[in-house]
Amino acid sequence: MNITLRMAWRNLWRHKRRTWLTVGAMIFSNLLLVFMISLQFGSYRMMIDNTLKPYTGHLQIQHKAYNDDPKIRNSFAGIVPLAASLRRQLNTRKIAARGVAFAMTSSKTRSWGLQLIGVEPEFEPLVSNLPGLLKQGCYFSASDAAEIIIGTVLARNLGVTIGDELTLLGGGRDGSFAAGIVKVTGIFESGNNTIDRNMAQLPLAYFQSLFTMQTHGHNIAIVAQDLTRVSALQQRVNKLIANRPELVVLDWNHLQPGLKQAIQADLTSAWFMYGVLIILVAFSVLNTQLMSVLERTREFGIMLALGIKPARLGSLILTETFIMSFLGLALGTALGAAIAFYLSVAGFSYPGMEEMAGKFNIPERIYPSLSLLSIFIGPGIVFICSLLAAIYPAGRLFFLHPVSAMRAV
Amino acid sequence: MNTMQPIKLTKTSLPFKAILTLAWRNLWRNHRRTLIMLSAISVGVWAMIFMTALMRGMVDDMIYNGIRHLPGEVQIQHPQYRDDPSINNSITPPDARLLEALKIPQVKAWTSRLKVPAVIASERDSRGVILLGVIPQSEVKLSFDIDSISEGRFLESSHDNGLVIGAKMAEHLETRLGKRVVIMSQDPDNNIADRGFRIIGIYKAKLASQEEMYVYAGLKTLQKLLHLDNQISEIAITGEDYRNTDKWYPLIKNASRENRQTLPWYEADSYLSSMLKTMDGFVLVWIIVVFLALSFGLVNTLVMAVFERTREIGLMLALGMRPTMILYQILTESFLLLLIGLLAGNVFALASIIPLQDGIDISSVAKGMEMMGNSSMLYPALKLNDMLLANAIVIVLGLLTSVLPAWHASKLNPIEALNQT
Repeated sequence: MNITLRMAWRNLWRHKRRTWLTVGAMIFSNLLLVFMISLQFGSYRMMIDNTLKPYTGHLQIQHKAYNDDPKIRNSFAGIVPLAASLRRQLNTRKIAARGVAFAMTSSKTRSWGLQLIGVEPEFEPLVSNLPGLLKQGCYFSASDAAEIIIGTVLARNLGVTIGDELTLLGGGRDGSFAAGIVKVTGIFESGNNTIDRNMAQLPLAYFQSLFTMQTHGHNIAIVAQDLTRVSALQQRVNKLIANRPELVVLDWNHLQPGLKQAIQADLTSAWFMYGVLIILVAFSVLNTQLMSVLERTREFGIMLALGIKPARLGSLILTETFIMSFLGLALGTALGAAIAFYLSVAGFSYPGMEEMAGKFNIPERIYPSLSLLSIFIGPGIVFICSLLAAIYPAGRLFFLHPVSAMRAV
Repeated sequence: MNTMQPIKLTKTSLPFKAILTLAWRNLWRNHRRTLIMLSAISVGVWAMIFMTALMRGMVDDMIYNGIRHLPGEVQIQHPQYRDDPSINNSITPPDARLLEALKIPQVKAWTSRLKVPAVIASERDSRGVILLGVIPQSEVKLSFDIDSISEGRFLESSHDNGLVIGAKMAEHLETRLGKRVVIMSQDPDNNIADRGFRIIGIYKAKLASQEEMYVYAGLKTLQKLLHLDNQISEIAITGEDYRNTDKWYPLIKNASRENRQTLPWYEADSYLSSMLKTMDGFVLVWIIVVFLALSFGLVNTLVMAVFERTREIGLMLALGMRPTMILYQILTESFLLLLIGLLAGNVFALASIIPLQDGIDISSVAKGMEMMGNSSMLYPALKLNDMLLANAIVIVLGLLTSVLPAWHASKLNPIEALNQT
């Protein structure tokens, strides 16, 4: 053990209570930071997953005008072969072509305006979760079958069940009148009333003939293995469609701009709060270290008179702070991670959570997400700020005159 | 101690003024420490008040947008309407009894409207919208801000044949003021009813999604189109302040007929009311968390202050000062520290909130804020109650945490204390 480290250690325990109070402030804020940040990461991940799952996917290939102006005419040709070739080239099955249109849907008694998605029955279940949420009936029998799946709320409101027929009325891609009769084969329940009331899927080939789309479609949805691989995948897809200048690949940030912004807004306000906590800890450290320097003025005067360099004394103060911060870091993160880990298994909920959950597409219990980043980012900053706070007290030692310091009371 | 017993000691009490002076001077003996602690307290208090004002502003805005845009503070609808907002679940206009009840002074404005799903089509494109048949005279008092009309005019009467659409919608349909569009909807017998409307006005809403969703037409015009006699979808009522809705809403509920659902906003939109409640909890938790972070420093400062003065305190005790006087003195010192810190914190908070009264532009995250029901300007809302709460918590809990070091000081043994180096 080197001499500075040993001196620092002993100095710290000259004032046990003060040291523990300072370390206590660090433990308190580190614990809170680890817990809150893990909770945030967890809820963001769920929010993203649950918002993208019903329809959006991680990436979409669209006509370049479609995202700003989602009109039926902003479609592109050869969508099914393109999706098939992408599946082959990217060696994944999580790619599905779709068409989107709006139509008045009527049962015998009721009508309702509906967003219709034409899907590839074989691949759609791999990119979105609506097919998996079927409560009754089954998915499509063939890609050209005159069939439809609708949400529970819509089925209730239209008064239809499995096997009933619905009339669709809308405008085709060429501006012609599109009308067709489809059979309800399945009813899904996503739990989100807006989706369950306003969205329906039908097979793509039938959709294309109904809306005079020929080989056209509106988007190809692609799902990556996980969120971190989205941008790498986007670059690969971009290269593969380079020969089709009318197409673009958009990631979920562009498809759902509100999602990222909601997260940003939340992060900003959260970091304001964390910042305040961190500043308060830094003040605490500054106070403690300044006191410990001032009360040792005579001692330092003697040491200087004995020929010890001020830099050595400065590093002593920094070492003391380092030890304190390290204790705070170790204990705070350990406790915080333990709590967060427990909740990541048991789940966490607070009053009012249920309503928020509905609004932001998150389950009613959130599970904190633990990662090295979520555990160490907050305490890491506390650690650095504590060391920075000790610079002023340590710096004072450079201006100490041995003779007058030794005489200080 | 025992050796001192035979000597008759006169225990001294100090007048309050002397305690105050002593505490004040002690505070500034180590001005660096005091200043650091003061900065910590004032930063903490500033953060408590500032953050709370921002959050309150956000929730106020959310509720304002939520209530003002359409439902009103109290709404009367067909019991099935909320699950199935179709024309088949419409109701008759208010009867004499309800009309009488609506005259109570707490009701600021009310209106009837028809609200049905419809398709709007220009020659370029068609869209699904919510079509509102309104009585313009009362609608403008309730939910439609007449200043939001950016081109043309709002409807003039229930019989007005024009249509008012949002700016975003006009863009999507590639249409403009004066052009004709077709409105299609379902009548109660499930026949498609359609007719052409001329666009007489275009509005800009605070939330872009509203511009895409709502289209306004005259109530009578719409009733005629949809073959309705007099039916409406809902009656919306608003009072002076959304916080007082619960006081007058039962009067309306009692007066409305059976087979009607009368809901105050906090039941109609559980998200808004839970946000309001969550916010109260959040404010308290936030203030306490900041206080706890502060308290470590506060206790530390007092422990140090006592430690440095151990001999001095011992001397005072030996000279016959009552231990309670020592306790008071330390507590007064802590009180002064807290008071100055609070004062500075409150001043900083006011100084930083007042320049922001015109709103903070958060349009860079506008789409995200819209998900929460917020517009792109954030107006901090400084509430006296929140300020008082922050101040009270800091003073009360601050003094409580100071009791321990102060009590410790008062329990010092004079002889041991005097002999301390």
